[in-house]
Amino acid sequence: MDILVVLEDNRGSLHRMSKEAIAGAQKMGGSVSALAIGSNADALSGKLSGVDLTEVITVNHDLVSSYNADGYSEVVKQVIESESPKTVVIGHSYQTRDFIPRVSAKLDIPFIPDIISLEDGFVKQVLNAKLNASVTTSADQVILSFQSAMFSEEAMASGSCSSRSFDVNLDSSMVRAESEEPFQEAAGSVDLESAELLVSIGRGIEKEENIQMAFDLAKVLGAEVSASRPVVDSGWVEPFRQIGSSGQTVSPKLYFSLGISGAIQHVVGMKGSKNILAINKDPDAPIFEIADYAVVGDLLDIIPKLIEALQTEKDL
Amino acid sequence: MKIAVLVKQIPGSESALPISGNHNWIDEGQVSFVMNPPDNFALEEALLIKERRGDGEVVIVSMGPARVQKVIREGLAKGADWGIYLEEDGPIETDPLSIAKSFSSVLKNENFDLVLTGLQSDDTGMGQTGVLIGEMLGMSTGTLAMETDVQNGSIRVKRELESGWFQWVKLPMPASISIQSGLNTPRYPSLRGIMGAKKKEIKVVPASEYQSIAKSQSIEKIFVPQTSKQTEVIEGDADSAVARIVEILKSEIKVL
Repeated sequence: MDILVVLEDNRGSLHRMSKEAIAGAQKMGGSVSALAIGSNADALSGKLSGVDLTEVITVNHDLVSSYNADGYSEVVKQVIESESPKTVVIGHSYQTRDFIPRVSAKLDIPFIPDIISLEDGFVKQVLNAKLNASVTTSADQVILSFQSAMFSEEAMASGSCSSRSFDVNLDSSMVRAESEEPFQEAAGSVDLESAELLVSIGRGIEKEENIQMAFDLAKVLGAEVSASRPVVDSGWVEPFRQIGSSGQTVSPKLYFSLGISGAIQHVVGMKGSKNILAINKDPDAPIFEIADYAVVGDLLDIIPKLIEALQTEKDL
Repeated sequence: MKIAVLVKQIPGSESALPISGNHNWIDEGQVSFVMNPPDNFALEEALLIKERRGDGEVVIVSMGPARVQKVIREGLAKGADWGIYLEEDGPIETDPLSIAKSFSSVLKNENFDLVLTGLQSDDTGMGQTGVLIGEMLGMSTGTLAMETDVQNGSIRVKRELESGWFQWVKLPMPASISIQSGLNTPRYPSLRGIMGAKKKEIKVVPASEYQSIAKSQSIEKIFVPQTSKQTEVIEGDADSAVARIVEILKSEIKVL
């Protein structure tokens, strides 16, 4: 086996990043198999029956019926030991960050995380995404995680694959953590994912009293308002407006970014936008690297004038 | 309750980042360093746990060249009790497995109940050191903690999942936990704290005392990202920027 893709169960369906990971693994070349763990393993395997894979290995056991880091890391370890893949591939999700380092430590296999390109070694962003690093390894086996949207899920090659159940050796002493049911807090009252236009606020808005300016701009454009994490953490807008790895993933026709620096955690949630127009004071802000239009300037000067101009435009 | 907080010193977000002559890291001579911001939240959480219990000790642990003792002192000034400094000579280590093995070999003798880390460092962004150490030392592990609640022999942690979901996990101690940024408001050191920090102990561990370990991954090259997009840069005064933005919205993106 050349590549093993570890799948993630996203409350009954296959996580988007798992599909992207399969597409990436297929592009890397060689034989690709997938691993589905948990009480939904057979259902996940079924969803992949029309995909070009060698096989889907399924693991179901009472101790890993739902996700827990202790059990999942032990399962992945045992599958790697038995199947000896050269490369293990997984999406860089929160769950991956929670248990994959345990697999890396158990087997002494390097884990190179959050990869954005395979063009020049394993490329990841470093130093607040201002620079890229090409990472190499001399190890025989390696675990790679791909950043969200590095590959498109639509690029998954179709074909066929078989399914095989794998017997794991787990006992209750291995699962020490007690996990409660996941729950949702402050469920969204605006649907950012289907919004055509988004005005998104970052730390550059500076003060809570300036937030209204963004809402005024959104109103005149007919846009929804979203925000980066620091703005949400400050309590200036509701948590359901958050875009990024801990919030929502959007791809609107226009993403109008106000004072967002463009940290990786934010960019993964919006880089698929059709048009990105960004205002920032810092000409080196990473957001400008993915922007179509980079306005270097003070948004607190520009926005009031822009609202006025758009209003005039509308009244014509 | 004995708590280790792993703190890293990294280039500040405003710092110049000149690529070094051998192209595999940055030229540190021109860099201004700060405490890794996520680690600051981990430190605050450790101090809050100690204060809520009314007993225990908080130990700041850092590895790197001599400069990193500054962030250990900063932690001591904020209220940590003492520090451990793993001396590193030569270029900074970027291989997570080697880093975790080094920390583990030093931490294992100290019998910590909790090891707290920030969720990732903002320089290399590997995001795994705390979990690796937890596994190496046989601890339970939890990540992206938004709230902690120490109980008898265990700690309940509210973990952040994706898209607004959360989950409480009860971890038997000892445990290694990575802390999500934003869960608390890190304090500033008081003048008294700064004065007091000078008298607190920093235990120095020479590089020769923690194992030398073969590297499993390394950064071969650092480079400026090539932007894949054609970006139009709009500079100048607010009025001309506004005029151009209106034109773009109207004629190019066509959303007016």
